[in-house]
Amino acid sequence: MLLLTSLVVVILPGQVSSDLFGQNDLVDVLLGTSFGSVAAGHPIASYVLGGELLAEGVTLLAVTALIVSWVTVGIVQLPAEALLLGKRFAIYRNLLCFLFAIAISFLTVYTLRLMG
Amino acid sequence: MASESKAGKGGAGGWIFLAVVLVTYGVTALLDSELTLRAITVFLQLLDKVYPVLVLVFLLIFIIDLLLNPKRVEKYLGSKSGIMGWLTAIVTGILSTGPVYAWYAVLHDLRNKGMRTSLISVVLYTRAIKLPLLPLLIHYFGLAYTVILAFYLIGFSIIGGIILEKVLSAPVLQD
Repeated sequence: MLLLTSLVVVILPGQVSSDLFGQNDLVDVLLGTSFGSVAAGHPIASYVLGGELLAEGVTLLAVTALIVSWVTVGIVQLPAEALLLGKRFAIYRNLLCFLFAIAISFLTVYTLRLMG
Repeated sequence: MASESKAGKGGAGGWIFLAVVLVTYGVTALLDSELTLRAITVFLQLLDKVYPVLVLVFLLIFIIDLLLNPKRVEKYLGSKSGIMGWLTAIVTGILSTGPVYAWYAVLHDLRNKGMRTSLISVVLYTRAIKLPLLPLLIHYFGLAYTVILAFYLIGFSIIGGIILEKVLSAPVLQD
């Protein structure tokens, strides 16, 4: 599994360009969730990357989606999860987590706005 | 579920997976040898980082084997564990450390001892809340943001557990 992870980590781009974001909220969240889902690094990396993207003007919605999906959705880990916990479990769980990352991003940011 | 059963039991499944990965490396090497070398370097770095943790994990599995029996698991994380089961799963997820791969193995073991599917999902989801990393999250995004995010993560872990168990139509995975 580590072998496969290493290959995917090298193939995937190391940095997410902030130019892709800023079109509209839903697209930002979908992009953030998608990047987070395929990322396979330590959560610290997602916090740091999220913080930097935020500083560059990327929306909090997109950054939240990235952070949440980074740790809850595991596309790279999917084969191992399926192997040990079952294919249906792994697929359904990751699908749910992807949708939840979108929902949590909107809820978190809107709750924060409501609180002022 | 039959194929899952074969894979889940180890045996040939693991070797086939390894063979597929090695073939993928071979094909990648033919296309881009430099990229393959970088992947191998990353693999060695990962192995170096994960190896000590894996020793700890195997020790943890050994201890779990000693302490937990199907009756205890059924009581705290089984189909009749109730609210205590949900709380145990949430706390376990938040406090869990180490690579997620190791937790798949631990949860696989616990599931065989009677752990509910929903609670497995909760443990995996609440791993998103990392206690030691909270100061960093607060540093970048603020305390209010961190508290709200943690609240929703816990809430959605429960919702996800309930949905997943319903979708898979069984209190305990039968694969």
